[in-house]
Amino acid sequence: MNIADLSFYFIAGLLPLSCMAWMLGRNKASKNHAGKRWNSRPGHYGWFSVIWMATPALGVAILASLLHLTGIYTVPAIIFLPVVFVIAAAGGWQGLRLIQPSLRARNSVEKVIRALLITAALTSILTTIGIVLAIIFEAIQFFKIVSFWEFITGTQWSPDAASGDGGEGLFGSIPIFAGTFMITLIAMAVAIPIGLLSAIFMAEYATESFRNIAKPALEILAGIPTVVYGFFAAITVSPLVVKFAAFVGLHADYTNALTPGLVMGIMIIPFISSLSDDVIRAIPQSMREGSLALGTTMSETIKQVLLPAALPGIVAAFLLAVSRALGETMIVVMAAGLRPNLTWNPLEGMTTVTVRIVDALTGDQAFDSPETLSAFGLGLVLLSITLILNIISIYVIRRFRQQYE
Amino acid sequence: MSLHINPQMKRRYAAEKRFKAYAITALTLAGAFLIFFFADMISKGFPALQQAEILVDVHYNDTSKQNYKKAVDKPLRRIVSRGYLRTLPLYMEDHPELMGTNESRWVLATADVDQYLKGKPHRLKSKYQKQIDELLKAEKVRLAFNTGFFTRGDSKMAELAGIRSAVIGSIYVLFLTMIFALPIGVMTAVYLEEFAPDNRLTQVIEVNINNLAAIPSILFGLLGLAIFINFFGAPRSSALAGGLTLALMTLPIVIITTRAALQAVPDSIREAAFGLGASRWQTVWHHVLPLAMPGILTGSIIGLAQAMGETAPLLIVGMMAYVPDAPGNILEAATVLPAQIYTWAGESIRAYEERTAAAILVLLSVLLSLNTMAVYLRKHFEKRW
Repeated sequence: MNIADLSFYFIAGLLPLSCMAWMLGRNKASKNHAGKRWNSRPGHYGWFSVIWMATPALGVAILASLLHLTGIYTVPAIIFLPVVFVIAAAGGWQGLRLIQPSLRARNSVEKVIRALLITAALTSILTTIGIVLAIIFEAIQFFKIVSFWEFITGTQWSPDAASGDGGEGLFGSIPIFAGTFMITLIAMAVAIPIGLLSAIFMAEYATESFRNIAKPALEILAGIPTVVYGFFAAITVSPLVVKFAAFVGLHADYTNALTPGLVMGIMIIPFISSLSDDVIRAIPQSMREGSLALGTTMSETIKQVLLPAALPGIVAAFLLAVSRALGETMIVVMAAGLRPNLTWNPLEGMTTVTVRIVDALTGDQAFDSPETLSAFGLGLVLLSITLILNIISIYVIRRFRQQYE
Repeated sequence: MSLHINPQMKRRYAAEKRFKAYAITALTLAGAFLIFFFADMISKGFPALQQAEILVDVHYNDTSKQNYKKAVDKPLRRIVSRGYLRTLPLYMEDHPELMGTNESRWVLATADVDQYLKGKPHRLKSKYQKQIDELLKAEKVRLAFNTGFFTRGDSKMAELAGIRSAVIGSIYVLFLTMIFALPIGVMTAVYLEEFAPDNRLTQVIEVNINNLAAIPSILFGLLGLAIFINFFGAPRSSALAGGLTLALMTLPIVIITTRAALQAVPDSIREAAFGLGASRWQTVWHHVLPLAMPGILTGSIIGLAQAMGETAPLLIVGMMAYVPDAPGNILEAATVLPAQIYTWAGESIRAYEERTAAAILVLLSVLLSLNTMAVYLRKHFEKRW
């Protein structure tokens, strides 16, 4: 019997037992017991007996699966199932025996609920720790093969050499990060002016009804899946860029860095516009009125009063947008090319961190090959940059926000 | 009056006008892009709703059962889809009464014929082009509604490729995502909002959730690969691995939106419940959660929509496999709609392009309706206190 069947029988057996325990517990508590008042509602006593029944059984099941996973001992199903059900029945019986009017069932049940809630809350921490540990662990494997110094200072990235004739592959990540930052830079050059100016228009010039249409419409841009942007970049925008470059007398590769940069910039516009719009609107009306009363025009008020006041929020929005652009994957995978290329020319093909990660992990290499492991090295750097940007933006918001509230 | 004479004022008003014009231009640019994008996708994807078919005589006999190519007359063999003919022997097995008869029926044409008829770039030889032109005159070629696109799985032959297996894979993955992310997310939010004391642990959890929401999605793929596949041994490319990975990614969205919904319930409700002797959990379960339900639903739908469009982490856990038939359970190799779009976009055969765009249209319409639903729920069921 495999694990899936076993867990099915386990749950299929435990469910009716739980129902039974719940009903017996509730029934016992519904009856008059020597004229005493019951401390809790009948349902609480039902759940109380369910907990008494299920907890030991689940504990035994977890113990058995731990033994199985670690390979110490595999309990045969023919022994496991009867033992578990006997334990469940015994636990349930004990729970039912404990039920009497003075038992504070509500408190006990809610303690268990609270424990469950805490466990759920801890999963978010576990996930973060899991990500960090998984990436660090594999990255260490990688840095055993390739020195960290070579990784961050080398200007050549050609991992194929390693799998070829036994020669060392070159893992210098500078061209990869150069490509990433170049594309991010182009994206921000598109997104920041358009996003910020759109936000200013929506917050200060537009009527309420126009804003109610324009803001959700812009947010559609953020809801479009990135793979769709990738297709759009590769099939529609890239030929346009090549044609335009030829028109002005320049040569552009089909996998140039400008295309993914432009499309990514468009994708990021709503992040900047929505966040900035909220921040600008949160500035107290009195500041606008004070400034306008001094005889300034609207644009002078915006530039000299509102924007400085909203600056922390806007900077935080920029930082979030940058970390978004750095980690963006599908657009660059589909439109940016694979060749690590150290150049200032955005019309040439470049590659990014995320492209190399996808390329290394979707190939046929063995999991412990240097190329596969290099994905985790790159992932570690990406994770660190993102977390640092995020922490800075949280700090900026916390530090400066209260000023005008 | 003096305003218009004063040169400084003139300059300031000009600056004002210019600034406003910049702002309008920015917004117009964004809007123009949105329109251009949708126009481009619709014009690329719409042709895929039709597919070329040819009226041919199909021979049901033992020879054609042995060699499916012989089911149609020789001159037609190059313009009729080979993949379609391949299904005929099975068809004959199911319908023995047809054996020995001929049937005139509409049969799928090759992708090149299809592209030729739609006036797109194709690789159809001029000999066959003439043949098609003649058949066209005899009304033996037509463009019919492409039901196969919705009822077939992926295929290496463009004319046979459909989205069914990807859609079913997506449903599996999203189902798993939601049954893991929703309970854990809501429970976490309830704990943080209603139970947690304001201590070190709570603050750490809060910072963590914010960080988790900012981590690039591809890194969740690395986590899924290292933990679920390599450590726990979930099968690569399976809906289970994909669903769990996306669940971790959706978790912060669910937590953040649920917390916002819980915060919106006024304290007077809680105080009234406490005043009547309810415990904390009774207050939450009987009063706060039902009132926060519309907000929680809205958040879950937004999380669902985001998980539905996600591709990068799924590529890492191997969900870009070639899956012609819909997966039967969560452990089998599966693919999802965005991953299908990705693989089709990488095909060198041009006929896949319109199918990619059509799959995108399907995905976008589902996402847009989900988001509209979320907005509707928020507008109509959320109480303002």
